[in-house]
Parts: sequence; structure tokens; C-alpha cells
Amino acid sequence: MSDATAGNLSQAAAESRRTDAEQTGPMLAADGRPLKQSLNRALRAQKLRALALIAPLLLFLLVTFVAPIVDMLFRSVENQIVSETLPRTVMALEDWDETDLPSEDTYAALAYDFREAAERRRHTRLGSRLNYEQTGLSSIFRRSGRGIDDVGEVYADQFIALNAAWEEPATWVALMGDPDWIAAQAEWAATEDTEAREPSFRLATGIENVLPETADAYRSFARAIQAEARNPDSPVEEEPWNTVYLALYRDLAAAPASAITGYSGPEEALLREAADAVSGFETVNLRETFAEIEEGWVEMPVWGTIETFSDPYTAGYFLASVDLRLTPQGIEPVDENQRIYLLLFQRTIVLSLSIMGLCVILGYPIAFLLSNLPMRTSNLLLILVLLPFWTSLLVRTSAWKVLLQQQGVINDVLVWMGIVSDGARLALINNQLGTVIAMTHILLPFMILPLYSVMKTIPPSYVRAAKSLGATNWTAFWRVYFPQSVPGIGAGCILVFILSIGYYITPELVGGRTGIFISNRIAFHISDSLNWGLAAALGTILLVLVLVLYWLYDRIVGIDNVKLG
Amino acid sequence: MKLKSLLLMSTGAALAATAVAAQDMADSMTIVSWGGAYQSSQINAYSDPYQEMNPDVEIVWDESSPEAVARMRAMEEAGNVTWDLVDVVAADAIRLCDEGLAMEVDHDEMLAPADDGTPASEDFGELIVSDCFIPQIVYSTTNGYRTDVAEWEGRTPEDVCALFDLENFPGTRTLERRPINNLEWALLCDGVAMEDIYDTLETEEGIDRAFAMLDTIKEDTIWWTSAAEAIQFLADGEAVMGSTYNGRLFSAIVEQDQPIEMLWDAQVFDIDGWVVPADLPDDRLARVEDFLVFATDTQRLADQAAYISYGPARASSAPMVGTHAELGVEMAPHMPTNPANSERVIVFNYLWWADYRDDLDARFQAWLAQ
Repeated sequence: MSDATAGNLSQAAAESRRTDAEQTGPMLAADGRPLKQSLNRALRAQKLRALALIAPLLLFLLVTFVAPIVDMLFRSVENQIVSETLPRTVMALEDWDETDLPSEDTYAALAYDFREAAERRRHTRLGSRLNYEQTGLSSIFRRSGRGIDDVGEVYADQFIALNAAWEEPATWVALMGDPDWIAAQAEWAATEDTEAREPSFRLATGIENVLPETADAYRSFARAIQAEARNPDSPVEEEPWNTVYLALYRDLAAAPASAITGYSGPEEALLREAADAVSGFETVNLRETFAEIEEGWVEMPVWGTIETFSDPYTAGYFLASVDLRLTPQGIEPVDENQRIYLLLFQRTIVLSLSIMGLCVILGYPIAFLLSNLPMRTSNLLLILVLLPFWTSLLVRTSAWKVLLQQQGVINDVLVWMGIVSDGARLALINNQLGTVIAMTHILLPFMILPLYSVMKTIPPSYVRAAKSLGATNWTAFWRVYFPQSVPGIGAGCILVFILSIGYYITPELVGGRTGIFISNRIAFHISDSLNWGLAAALGTILLVLVLVLYWLYDRIVGIDNVKLG
Repeated sequence: MKLKSLLLMSTGAALAATAVAAQDMADSMTIVSWGGAYQSSQINAYSDPYQEMNPDVEIVWDESSPEAVARMRAMEEAGNVTWDLVDVVAADAIRLCDEGLAMEVDHDEMLAPADDGTPASEDFGELIVSDCFIPQIVYSTTNGYRTDVAEWEGRTPEDVCALFDLENFPGTRTLERRPINNLEWALLCDGVAMEDIYDTLETEEGIDRAFAMLDTIKEDTIWWTSAAEAIQFLADGEAVMGSTYNGRLFSAIVEQDQPIEMLWDAQVFDIDGWVVPADLPDDRLARVEDFLVFATDTQRLADQAAYISYGPARASSAPMVGTHAELGVEMAPHMPTNPANSERVIVFNYLWWADYRDDLDARFQAWLAQ
């Protein structure tokens, strides 16, 4: 019997060993799949369901919160406007040695770029952009937009005098246009469909080898007039810009005779005639032409600025946010009488920290009182805390004006009581003090509420126990109660500090000239000067600053020690 | 018979033409302005009569002009311009035009001529400071002072330099928190001739001179950002003297009867007017153009002056300015353009400021903060 039992047992053990041995691989679930896989599958479905549930919120946050912030921050380095508006000039400036004015070729590139920019009305936009870096560029660009039409006119006149065919749009289309495009254009013109746009111009193959600058200038002309939003024109009907003739002259004058004689294609006779004649043409100096349009084009600093800011990405905005400047000679501090941003960053942080400190000092006793009073009274007091919280920010700020100004309620009362004389009324507003007072009041609920909800959870029995063991009131509070309320202080401080660092309406209204925050300058650059790049750079620095302080807080206090309730 | 059918036909054709025209125009229009008394004057003088003539048209007013430049850029970037007509000051119009955000207009083609047939561009004259800008009113930034300051012992400020005269006119000043106007007044009172002001400001020494002059009142000045603040400071006695827009001073003095007086000397003329956002769809543009012809004609501009003391931008409107719509006071003496008020005027140099604004503003704000 005992043998049999032992045998059975050993048999069972062997059985189980065998199954174990069979399953050295993955453990199997009931349906024979590996358990891990099947668990994963079940969990994946759950995870997907969870993800689907939060997907609307996630998408919402991505679209309305993360994307705009990233887009805005990206502007702090973005500077494509220069290389997009003046692509040829930027290329030509690449091997400029910055000792003397740029070469004639660079001026030619500028003429082509500027003519197109003026047609697309982008030159003034670039002027405003570069005016942030150097005063005066805005009007150089604006005025040049009017004068650029005439650049190259002298060549246009001479080509047309040589052969009137040069005046005909058809000549140019035949010379420059791709035969396929000409056919497509003719088809489009025949349909009389007013909705469809004219097919975009395409250059004939090979023409850019014979007449490189002309081909480029003509394509730029054709595409620009086609792109006009309201009244698009067609290269088939328009005489090219004077700059196209300028390009033609430069090509013919520079090309070896063989290049032109070797060309066979539409209008070859006309081209040969012109090539023979250009040596006798009256020429103009482009640098002088530009100097006539606008003196600035022969000034080194103007070219230096264009060169310095020709890269598609620039550190210029970030440098400007810390009172530095990108110049052709390198990074320099701005003039002492223009330095403002470092001062404002420092002021913002110092004032925000004082506001935060004041909120702790004022909010702690209130929260303590609230959490220790009977429910009915504490609810009433809580409403008093929340009431200003629900009132419009502007109303509260204006109320502070009425109270604090020199002819205001507080000063009047003090004068009436004889504490201050009428001639020496206190300056309580339109300075840093005004900002601190008004903002402390506005942000106080953000300190009181987290403190209150934390204090509510501290059991009163701990303090009683401490007292029964002989602690004084102070020791019981400081050693037992206070440490338990620290998470509330932490949460309140983070809330108040981060909110106050970004405030600008209140400082603007009550801050006078010394109580202004960095956000006021950001708001100014967003809505007044339109220097969004600088605003983005200032904003990025502010964001990084907040994150660094948050990280420091985490290191010193520990973020787990933050409780909102 | 023949005549009758001709008449019928032409009436039919005219009807058809109006029907076509009406079809091509949008039924609603969003106009952006400054709010307050100024916007009410526009509603009274322009949009109410226009809606009486076109009862189907809905006009939505938006009070976003103070941040119009930034909003229009944001709208353009988002590709969804919801505004049809925007009221901005001339400097903003230049900026919007430079940025390609406002439409260039042909004033003679788009706007009605004066009653005597003078084309619009001549009627507005030099007030057309930008190709995108349709002038509407001339206003001025000028100074006001309290009449009840005991320390002044009966002296009254005669000219703008009273701002810098702390000895005879002690007390707090209130000035706008930006360099424009303040630098001009500072130089003028430092002995620079009116016509040399901008040339002087182009030199480093000139700027230093202006700031040195402002230094003398830096501690005695409250700097305002919205014109309403300036009036509040003057009315509460927080400040005894300061600059703001002449219309705001008019309403404080005449409508609210505050003990304040105008100081017209060296007022700075500025212009306010319309811009049309670039690339509006055809139907909305047609509606805006239709409205503009009406709202900027000689009579309408003169009508507006019955509600607010800003001078109409058309030369032909000036003789038609009448009395205040509610108070019945004669408006002409309160206009900045009135000859007695404009003996000494600084003409705001828009193009100069478009260049120097960024630089001088940085300098001014740094000066303020230190």
C-alpha cells in the first residue's frame, strides 16, 4: 500500500517534471497559445481601448496646445525670409569678403531678386524684418520698391531700338518657353474657362545653358506675374521687366561668341544680331544705379546686415533677448542705454519670488484658520476667499488703483488721520510696490486653496498626541503640524510663482515704470512691433527658466512632496 | 408705345443690374474699430444710415483695433481672414501695408469725389500716407492741465514746455509710455526748431539731448498705455498735466465738465482711417467697397464730427461741420484743425518713425526701466 502510494507519488512527480520539460519554452494558455502572448493580446486590447478613450483629449492637446507652442518657439530661430526673398543675392554674397562693397554681379543678383520681391510685394516685409537689426532698412526697402522698375531700362531701350521684336511678348515666349508649355498655354487660352488658372510657365530645355541669367530672370518674371492673386497676367501678353533685358545684356556680353553662334532654336537670328550689337551698347554701373535709387545700397553696414542675417536660422533673436547683438564683426553687447531684457528677467524673478513669499506668509494663517474652524464658519470664509477669485482681473486691478493712488482712499484716510501730511502722500502704486500688492492679492487664492485642502487632511489627533507627550504649542506646531503641511506650501508656491512670472496685464496697469515684467515686453513685441521672433525667443527663455526652477525644486524639495489635496 | 416698351426694357435692365450687383455682395460685414465714443460716432454717422439703405446687411462690430496689426498677421498666417474693414492709425496702416496684410487701394477709383467733383485723392490730399490707407479723421495728441492747482498760484500753462517747467508748474505729469511725441516735445522745449526735430533725432547727440530733457521730469511722470488712463489721472487729480488724445480731453472737459483745460500748443497731428485686409473674397470685397464709397463721402465724414471732436479727413467736409448731436455746442472750435488751435503743430512723421521706432523704442523702454 505504502509502496503503491510512493509509486503513485513519484509517478505524479515525474509526470509534472515531464510537462515542465515539455514547456521549457513559453507557458501555454488554455487555447494553446503562449501565455505571455495571450496576456499581451488581452492587455493590448485594453490599452488600445484606454488610448481610444483619451485620444480626443490627446489630439485636442496636441493640436491646440503643443503644436502652437512648438510653432511659436520655432520662430525664435527661424529666419528664412531673407534667403527666400533674396535667394540670388544671398548666394552671391557667400564669397563676399566684407572689405569693400559687393561686386557688380551681386548687384545684378539684387536687381533680379528685388524686382520679383517688389512684384510679389515681399520687399517691404523683408525691410521690416531687417529693420529690427538695423534702423533705416525699412525705408531703404520701401523706397527701392518704387525705383527697381527702372533698373535695366537703358538696356531694354537699346535692345528694342536694335530690333522692335524684343518688345514683343511673343518673341520672348518663343525664345524662353518650353514647346509643351506653349501648347498647353494655347489650349488653356482657347477654352475660355475663367476658373482654371494658366499653366505655370516652364523654361525650354537647354536655354539656361545658352543664356543662364536671362532664363532665370525670365522664369522669375513669368511665374511672378502668373501668381498674382487677383489679376494674374500672362507672359504671353506682358512685356518682360527691365531686369530681364539687363540679364540678356549681361549674358550676351559675357558669353563667348561660339555659345551664341552655336545656338540653334527659336529666334536664333534675333539673338545673333543682338550678340553682335551688345559690344557697342551704352552701359551703366549697377552699383551707381542702386545708389541713385537709395543711398543705403552703397553703405557697408546695410550689406553687412543682409550678409549676417542671410542664414535660414539665426541666433540673433536669442542674443537680442540677453542684450547681445549679432553684427558682421561677431557678437557684441548692445549699447548700455538699450539694455533692458536681463534687467527685466531679473526683476520678474525677484518680484515673483517676493509675491510668492508674501502669499505664503498671508495665506498660511488663513488656510490654518479655515481648516480648523467648524464647517459652517469655514465655508463662509472660504466663499470670501473665492469671491475675488471669481471677479474679473481688470476690475480687481482697477479697484487697487482707486485704493492706492495718491489721491486714493488709503492716502486720503492717512492724511485725514494726520499720519502723513497732504504734501507727502505715499506712492503706493505705479511702482514695484503697486505690482507686488495687486498681484499678491490676485494670486492669494492660488496659495490658500492647496494649503487648505492639505491642512484639511492632517488629523488633529497628532498635535494632541504631541501635546499630551509634553510638547509646547510651538513645538507641536513646528515639529508635528508644519511638516505635514509642507506639500501644500510646495503646491501653492509652484502655482503662484509660475502664474506670476507670466503676468502682464496687472504690472502694465499698476507697475509704473519700475514694476514692469518681461511679459510686458513679450506682449509689446507680439502686438505692437510685430517682432515675433524676439517675442518667441524671450518666451522660450522664460519657459526654460521655469523648467529649470521646477527641476531645482524637484531636486531640493522633491516633486512627490507636492499635494493639491 | 415704342417709348413705353423702351422704358420698360430699361427699367428691367436696371433691375436686373441691381439684382446682379446685390447677388455679388456679401450680406454681412465685420468692421473693426476702437470701441467707446469713437466707435459710436462711426455707428451713428456711417453704419446706421448705411443699414437703413441696405436693410439686409448685417454689420458686426469688433473692438480689436488696438491689436489689429498682430491679429491681422495671425489671421493671414492661419489663412482665415474674418475681418472686412479695419480702423487703424496711420502708422499701423503703413506697417500693415509693408507686411502685405492690407490691400492697396486706388483712392480715385474706389471712393466718391467731393461734391464739387474734386477727386478723392486730392480731397484727402497729403493725409493719404500709405497706398493702403483711406483716411477718415484727423486727431491730435495734445496736452491738458487741471485748472485748480493751488501751487501754481494762478499761472496757466501757455505752451507745451510747461510740461518741463517743474518750477512754475509743480505736480505729477502723465505721458504716454512710448517715445513717439515725447521725444519731439522734449527737443522742442530744449530749443530745437520745429522743422529740425527729426534731423536732430537722427543723431546720437540729438537723442541724448531729448532723453536728458525727459530726465528732468522722469520721476514726476506717470506713464500711461491707454488714453483712458491719462484722463482718469487728470480727472482724479493724480496728475496735474499730461498728454492724451484731443477727443478724450474734449469729452472730459465738455461732456463731463471736469476742471481741465486744453493746451493746444504743439499738438501732434495724427490720422486714423480704414484699411481693407489683403485678398478678401470677391463678394466680401464688393460689399466693403460699396460701404466705403458711402462711409467716406463728404457728408458722412462731416456727420461724424457731430459725435466726436475729431476733424474730418476730407478738405471738403470741413465747412460742413456743425454742432454736437446732444449738447448742441458748436464743434468747429474743438477741432484740432481749427486755425486758432493749430497755430503750432507738429506733423507726425510716419515714415521716419517707421524706420526709427524699433530702435528708439528699445532705448526709451530701457531708459524707463532704469
